[in-house]
Amino acid sequence: MKFLVCISNVPDTTTKITFTPDNKEFNKAGVQFVINPWDEYALTRAIELKEAAGSGTVTVLNVGEADTEPNIRKALAIGADDAIRVNAAPSDAYFVAEQIAAIAKEGAYDVILMGKESIDYNGFQVHGMVGEMLGIPTVAPAMKLDMSGNTATLEREIEGGKEIVSVNTPFVASCQQPMCEPRIPNMRGIMTARTKPLKVVPAVGEPARTTVAEFALPPKKQGVKLIDAENAGELIKLLRNEAKVI
Amino acid sequence: MSVLVVVECADGEVKKSSLEVASYGAQVAAQMGTTATAIAVGEANEANLAKLGEQGITKVLYDAEPRLKDFVNNAYTKLIATAAEQEQAKIIVLANSNIGAAVGSRLSVRLKASLATNVVELPKISGDQFTVKRGAFSGKAFSDVVLSGDRKIIAVKKNSTEAQHDAGKTAEVTSFSAQLSDADFADAPKQVVMQDQAGGVLLPEAERVVSGGRGMKGPENWHLIEDLAKALGAATACSKPVSDVDWRPHHEHVGQTGITVSPNLYIACGISGAIQHLAGVNSSKVIVVINKDPEAPFFKAADYGIVGDVFDVLPKLTAAVKALN
Repeated sequence: MKFLVCISNVPDTTTKITFTPDNKEFNKAGVQFVINPWDEYALTRAIELKEAAGSGTVTVLNVGEADTEPNIRKALAIGADDAIRVNAAPSDAYFVAEQIAAIAKEGAYDVILMGKESIDYNGFQVHGMVGEMLGIPTVAPAMKLDMSGNTATLEREIEGGKEIVSVNTPFVASCQQPMCEPRIPNMRGIMTARTKPLKVVPAVGEPARTTVAEFALPPKKQGVKLIDAENAGELIKLLRNEAKVI
Repeated sequence: MSVLVVVECADGEVKKSSLEVASYGAQVAAQMGTTATAIAVGEANEANLAKLGEQGITKVLYDAEPRLKDFVNNAYTKLIATAAEQEQAKIIVLANSNIGAAVGSRLSVRLKASLATNVVELPKISGDQFTVKRGAFSGKAFSDVVLSGDRKIIAVKKNSTEAQHDAGKTAEVTSFSAQLSDADFADAPKQVVMQDQAGGVLLPEAERVVSGGRGMKGPENWHLIEDLAKALGAATACSKPVSDVDWRPHHEHVGQTGITVSPNLYIACGISGAIQHLAGVNSSKVIVVINKDPEAPFFKAADYGIVGDVFDVLPKLTAAVKALN
């Protein structure tokens, strides 16, 4: 089984988001970048399934410029066998999907996994686009993934419940908790990651279909109105008569 | 040319988020000088579909194929794509739900359309320039995105726009067939398992949410959260540490790596307010924080606050709500 795991390079979850003075770009200064937390489920589950089968490969794919390589190496340290970096800024979901589809097709991957969405763009789009470009099923968002031969059984989250879905390879799934416990690299992994292959390839396909004109931060709160704990019922009156939300 | 709205139904009812989407689509149609047509998916009821006239929908297409009751990605995509071609729709509007995102992303490739998800406002249309505002950085920011090309798909975030109600207006319900074959249902679910929702409210669609953190000290104390939620008609939620230790299920985890909610009222009980949690809730209209630590960072993001012990305060609040009703 050949697994292709797509990872994004995103600001750490503790990052306070700021923008350049013209609000056109995210301000990267002093920001720590990590593997997108949702993608960690995809990566760890692919490694677990490969280990359980006792054969197969896990290739990690990133669309990004050279500054993403430390996180690609981290994915190799966690247990991926090799990596591909498409040397281009991930300008929008469509552009990224085109790169993944081209590599998935060329490498004849059986299972294409990624996180539910990236925590920076929050598109929740790439999985469906890749599936459609390749003409194969997509299961998103998947909470559970098991393989038996060429058949996968997945649990797909729906509003208020879940669906049990079976698909044959090749397929795309976007992953989320509680699929597995994401692994962290150990020392041996870090040492071997240095020499694992990382191939850099140029981008293909059409340009992005969407562009960001401007970023904005949410409006600041006016300040908290404190109610005495002894008189907590007062809060309910305020919620009804002042805020008018109950 | 028209605007096509995808309306999700369950148990015969149009979902609340789809009423918002219908209203959004009708307003976009008005901006563009055209009309809005809806395509229904899921288990629909014709009388309820006709009522979409109240949201400004002129016509509703409905395929009564029974296998469309449950979500099937390929079949839904083909159904909506066929409707979009028939109606020559330039704009397709759907909910930013698990169904909307799964179908919208496939449709964007099939129909060569540009796609924006998580959209929170009506578009700005100026000549050929079509701009939408969407949530980014997991609730920590917004971005204005320019959609290029002839065709556009917009997935509207739940609870971010209000559904209009023009009482008494009706839409024409027309039967529609996308000539779906067995092959289109190859990825149909084997089984659908719904959570037990006895009197409960679904978190993603909820207008009011009562949420608990580690300050609740253990799952055995959750009846305090549930009692207040029940009195308010609210959904229950929790912070990441709480779902990580399995006090509550993962689907209740609100935050940057859980779900992002934007209810009218969010009541946080015993949650300190880490930046990752705030990201998931800061588009809520009114935030109430109850915490015994006056220095909890959540108070800076709150509209109302009580510095006190949740075990004292919650029963008082529940009693006060019951006294009101």
